[in-house]
Amino acid sequence: MPLIELRDICKTYHIGELDVPVLKGVSLSVNEGELVALMGASGSGKSTLMNILGCLDHPTSGEYRLGGQEVSRLSADGRALLRNQKIGFIFQNFNLLPRTSALENVMLPLSYTLEGLSDREAQDRAMTLLDRVGLSERSHHEPSQLSGGQQQRVAIARSLINRPSLLLADEPTGNLDSRTSAEVLHMFQELNQQEAITIIIVTHDLQVAMHAKKIVRISDGQIVDGDPSGGGLQVGGIVEGYESSDVTT
Amino acid sequence: MKAYRTINTALQALGRNPMRATLTALGIIIGVAAVIAMMEIGKGSSAAIERAISSMGANNLLIHPGTAASGGVSFGGGTATTLTPQDCEAILQECPAVRSAAPDVQARTQVIYGNRNWVPLSINGSTPAYLDVRSWTDMAEGEMFTDRDVRNTSKVCVVGQTIVRELFSGASPIDKKLRIQNVLFRVVGVLSSKGANMMGADQDDIILAPWTTIKYRVMGTSLTNVNQSSSSSGSSTSTEVNSLNRLYPTSSLNLYPVPSPTQMADTPQPVRFTNVDHILACAQSSDEIPLAIRQITELLRERHRIRPNEAEDFSIRNMTEMTKTLSSTSLLMTNLLLSVALISLIVGGVGIMNIMLVSVTERTREIGLRMAVGARSKDILMQFLVEAIVMCLAGGIIGILAGCGGSYLVTLLLRWPTETSLTAIVVSVMVSATVGISFGFYPAWKASKLDPIEALRYE
Repeated sequence: MPLIELRDICKTYHIGELDVPVLKGVSLSVNEGELVALMGASGSGKSTLMNILGCLDHPTSGEYRLGGQEVSRLSADGRALLRNQKIGFIFQNFNLLPRTSALENVMLPLSYTLEGLSDREAQDRAMTLLDRVGLSERSHHEPSQLSGGQQQRVAIARSLINRPSLLLADEPTGNLDSRTSAEVLHMFQELNQQEAITIIIVTHDLQVAMHAKKIVRISDGQIVDGDPSGGGLQVGGIVEGYESSDVTT
Repeated sequence: MKAYRTINTALQALGRNPMRATLTALGIIIGVAAVIAMMEIGKGSSAAIERAISSMGANNLLIHPGTAASGGVSFGGGTATTLTPQDCEAILQECPAVRSAAPDVQARTQVIYGNRNWVPLSINGSTPAYLDVRSWTDMAEGEMFTDRDVRNTSKVCVVGQTIVRELFSGASPIDKKLRIQNVLFRVVGVLSSKGANMMGADQDDIILAPWTTIKYRVMGTSLTNVNQSSSSSGSSTSTEVNSLNRLYPTSSLNLYPVPSPTQMADTPQPVRFTNVDHILACAQSSDEIPLAIRQITELLRERHRIRPNEAEDFSIRNMTEMTKTLSSTSLLMTNLLLSVALISLIVGGVGIMNIMLVSVTERTREIGLRMAVGARSKDILMQFLVEAIVMCLAGGIIGILAGCGGSYLVTLLLRWPTETSLTAIVVSVMVSATVGISFGFYPAWKASKLDPIEALRYE
């Protein structure tokens, strides 16, 4: 059953008098439990697509069904609620609150959850997740006391706190070295296999994309080959134009 | 989002940058502390000013008897003999707006001590309450005569500073005996100096004695001869009624032949009550003067059995001019303090707004993240608003403590009068919350209007 169904998504930005079309009719379907890599060069529209997938933005036209629900016409508050309940975000620069303990960072999305969770339950849930990412001993450390990989793992725990059906990772390894990158990607794979969470990794790095079951490439606002059978097969075709040294930024 | 979570979030956000939060709150702390200290010191001084003005007699009411007339000849204001000492007591008991009241009997005659003589501006016969009415309670020396002295018609008196200077050449007059007419008075006290009154009359040129003594022993007036219209009728009745006159023969001259008992029987004199010249009353406060006048009027009309459409046989005067000065002074003080308060709080508020704007810019990424994980713009608005309000309220509370402490120190060190004012505290708490809301709103609104995508990308 498809979790994500995009039909003819167009997004046009108005810059002054100019209309800049960024997405030109993107159609995409992602099944529940898939691990997808979304690839594309900068300016290809992959960030815009990710924003729309993450319900941070709404498309100019087209349909977006998330878990069977039409979400492209939701109000800002409706989208906020949806993000809170169904989508977990992982960012390139972690975006943890400074001078706030890992535990509190993980609990952050719960502040905006409508269902009243007691402090005790919230803490228990956050601790379980920190344990899951292997940081239960660091729960009271502040982000500045954690390494990059640990910070990203805190961010992953945070994204999982509301038990989302979709994880959106935007260049999750962009700020990590290759060893921690592998760790984080391994964690994604594990989550995908064990918890059957649908994960979309946005990246321009083939090494990262190779960890996915499926690669979706976007170029100039359109899906280039939306339905490859296996990610690894296209390696030869895509390699030009990408530098593998990008892994460590 | 639950209220306590919002407050918790705000506290955490403030706690992340305690130095900045403290400095921002300092604006409000100083503002509120200044307001409280100003209000307390100002209230103290305005109360002191009020006291000073009211000691000049601003709260005083002067009750005069009405006009006597005989055969179409009016004898002028205050000539009727309608006011009694009992009226005075009744006023004190039955008019709640009156703080104190004293009868007043006046004489003007020569006073002799040793080889010196003097005619004081006023020789007043009254009760000990007289000093309270005139806000003249502190004595320079000795003590005021007592109510018992009034009842006993004791020959004691209290003198003003001018009398001390003129009769006693500045020496202590306590227990010395001065002569008024032919009556010897023992001086029991010296009044403190009061200076001239508003008309320039020397208020220290005064001798105070029990009104009974002045009335019966000095003036020798009794029931019949107080009224000019009947003063020619001799004093036989009075001597009969008041045995004191026989002991102290002050009215020695009889210009007119003493009427024979037959004549007396043919022209009976109405037997009248003892009267006093004025009654001095003092209202509880300057605001209550009209109320006091109303109460006294009602009471005296009733006591004097005046029918509703009849004219009163007394009149009440107040010091309107002084009262106006008093109220305009306190109004001026209040307005002055209010404007100072407003300015300092606005300055504090602008400080809060400034810092909150900086904070919003600095925390753009945080706002973007919060929005990404599900914060609605309403939540962000509340978060920043609550932060501002928490800062203002905390600043307000510390400011109240600082202000109270400051005014206490001022009282302690400079001996300025201060008065704790609950209104000031309530007002500054409310004002600091209002400042927090009004000056915190714009930055909070700005934060809530951020686009999550832009905010997340903000460097």
